[in-house]
Amino acid sequence: MANAMRDRTGRPIIVVTGMGVVSSLGTGKDDNWKNLTAGKSGIKQITRFPTEGLKTAIAGTVDELYAETGSAPVLSEKMAAIASEEAIAQAGIGSKGNFPGPLFCAVPPIEAEWPQRRAVAADADPLKPVAYEDVLKFAGNGKFRSFHETFMFATVAEGLAERFGTKGMPISLSTACASGATSIQLAVEAIRRGECDAALATATDGSVHAEALIRFSLISALSTQNENPQESSKPFSKNRDGFVMAEGAGALVIESLEHARARGAKILGVIEGCGEMADGFHRTRSSPDGKPIVGCITRALQDAGVTPADIDYINAHGTSTPENDKMENVGVVAVFGERASKVPISSNKSMIGHTMTAAGAIEAIFSLLTIANSRIPPTINYKVPDPAIPLDVVPNVARDARVKRAISNSFGFGGQNVSLVLAGEPA
Amino acid sequence: MSASRETWITGIGLLSSLGEGTEAHRTRLFSGDVPVANAAQFPPFVLHPLGNISFDKQIPKKSDQRQMEQWQRIGTYTAGLALTDAGVAGNKEILSRMDMIVAAGGGERDPAVDAGLMTDLRKSNKPEQLINDRLQTELRPTLFLGQLSNLLAGNISIVHGVTGSSRTFLGEEGAGIEALRIARARINAGTSDIALVGGAYNAERPDMLLLFEFAALNLKGDFAPVFAPKRAAGMAAGSMGAFMVLESREHAEKRGAMPIAKLGPIYSGRGRRDAGEVESSLGSLLAETMKQAEVGATAIFSGATGCEPSTAEEAKVLTDSKFPVRSITSRVGHGFEAAFPIGVALAAIAVKEGKLFPGLPNVPLEATSAGQLKSAIVTCVGHWRGEGAGMVEAIG
Repeated sequence: MANAMRDRTGRPIIVVTGMGVVSSLGTGKDDNWKNLTAGKSGIKQITRFPTEGLKTAIAGTVDELYAETGSAPVLSEKMAAIASEEAIAQAGIGSKGNFPGPLFCAVPPIEAEWPQRRAVAADADPLKPVAYEDVLKFAGNGKFRSFHETFMFATVAEGLAERFGTKGMPISLSTACASGATSIQLAVEAIRRGECDAALATATDGSVHAEALIRFSLISALSTQNENPQESSKPFSKNRDGFVMAEGAGALVIESLEHARARGAKILGVIEGCGEMADGFHRTRSSPDGKPIVGCITRALQDAGVTPADIDYINAHGTSTPENDKMENVGVVAVFGERASKVPISSNKSMIGHTMTAAGAIEAIFSLLTIANSRIPPTINYKVPDPAIPLDVVPNVARDARVKRAISNSFGFGGQNVSLVLAGEPA
Repeated sequence: MSASRETWITGIGLLSSLGEGTEAHRTRLFSGDVPVANAAQFPPFVLHPLGNISFDKQIPKKSDQRQMEQWQRIGTYTAGLALTDAGVAGNKEILSRMDMIVAAGGGERDPAVDAGLMTDLRKSNKPEQLINDRLQTELRPTLFLGQLSNLLAGNISIVHGVTGSSRTFLGEEGAGIEALRIARARINAGTSDIALVGGAYNAERPDMLLLFEFAALNLKGDFAPVFAPKRAAGMAAGSMGAFMVLESREHAEKRGAMPIAKLGPIYSGRGRRDAGEVESSLGSLLAETMKQAEVGATAIFSGATGCEPSTAEEAKVLTDSKFPVRSITSRVGHGFEAAFPIGVALAAIAVKEGKLFPGLPNVPLEATSAGQLKSAIVTCVGHWRGEGAGMVEAIG
């Protein structure tokens, strides 16, 4: 007898019952969705540090929260906490400070930053050049103690676990720009294995600081079209010239359908499948044959037990770099064949920028909102089509369309690729 | 899904102050000729250094080596040793479906650029502008890739062709515990057949010493083994790489691979470091693992860091357990993300040997020995957060 709580292979059906998001377009799903479907951009001139002389001076920063935090891990934790609060409240799960499952938390690179280095340098012998070996002599005097805890990789997840009372050791992770999707995948797998009935998947990135921007700039990854910030991120356009760094966080309460139904939760969508495949070609470029991208999408479809014909919408990785968008097109054309140009594909990054570590989670949430609202957010700034990318990118304005099932792509530097297959509430 | 699946360790790659490979480690551990530690490199901080090694054997292209920082070279090299040990190096069919979980920290800095900029920032009246100008001109573009946590896994994919899946866990010691726990859970659940798991740490970095010195956590002066009476509190970090090939029993048997040991259950938790918390959290994790332990044939391989009060609390729990104890940290140093993986790897070497290596002199907790060693419990209590205990069992 078929069990309505299980998928075709007998695994628990996995659903989402709570979602929260913070981005440069606003705090909360409602503001984000309103701005996203209105085709607004959250990209602006960077004001938190001077940009004179920098090739790139724009980003999708979350400035209101930065003012009260001041460093990447603290801002990242703050955003993740706000998104998680929203997701848990919507799900109505557990009780305050007592979330009934583990935490999977995608976090950005975390290390001491220049304000900390300046603080210790100020105490070094003024008559000598500063050297690590000299600073090390007094760094343990207690004055700088808090720097240790703030810049542990475990710090963001620790703060969230403490606040929301998630169970067990939280898993902090990075698969670069695919991190958010990986955190969702880990939650799905843990529930499928029967380790838990519910999990909190979060992904956050508040790392727009000078050194991070300069590092990306030095590998020529960023858009330098600073004049009109809101028009700088132009995925799939011929004149795209790099991604735009951005901040944000996404959080999802993920449960087995059985657990969600038993407690009467409203079901926001189903995570039908996850696929991944690593790329061993190059540190920052995809394999020219597109094989890892094709493999990753194909595995997600297989995991979901569906075919390309069942997909109504693709939420693109769509970073706006020349390389990514070209290779994503190759992958989509290979998987969808003749139908490739007919399946709408849009990039949220045209509006919120590339939220890096957080992107996979934020965009999964936007994909589920797309399904729920039967409305596809556009790819904005699409004025000069790239003839090499003959896809329906939902140019410039949102489109009403029935979307039963979507695929959300995330491809990271270092060759880590993840795709998710998402669908609406099961019948 | 079959509940009866077992996870076997079929390949180990090791690089530490004790040498390279399983045989070198086995020889050193059993001869008692450990550790290699000194405060020569960054006095007065005690480290277990790797020394100069050539990475050519496992990372043949110099261009690949140049695009990595040392922690990635150590990890990529060690991953290659593990693949070779398991007999799957170069086997494209297996590598293309091999899953990978790397426990990683962050990458390295350019100490000269940092120092120069710290010096000049002190007298600058436009410090933020100075940071921009200097970093733009002085940072090597490839340094970024050497810094990104997930690029150790990325380099392993590129150099060794492991491309089934690639995940990087962060969070210091906890990352290493969870990497092994999740890889094993996937294999036992039937959603993965073979996986490469491990971590790497370069201790010979002033920026990392500084990070831990902010909280005065480094061991200074003379080396003393963890659990030695009257030892000063603090961590002696060790440069190391520890990778393992984990495999379902079926998969290993089908390809005729020789198992080194079976990876038993791994339990983890999140306790604070307030007085008494490690004693209680590690105590309950150990209680779980001990259900499978056999008195007289099980030893505990401890990853206690040397930080206090967690090390004293762990010592109390271990003493109460009555099992023989060996400190992994005393022998190879503390390896943060790599700490639990190297503990599991060294435990696997010992259970395969069927006996326990000798205790260190003047460490009462290491005075007891075991008879035939059939299993080992590996502990890892993070210096700040995260603790775990796992079981390694002999096969046959």
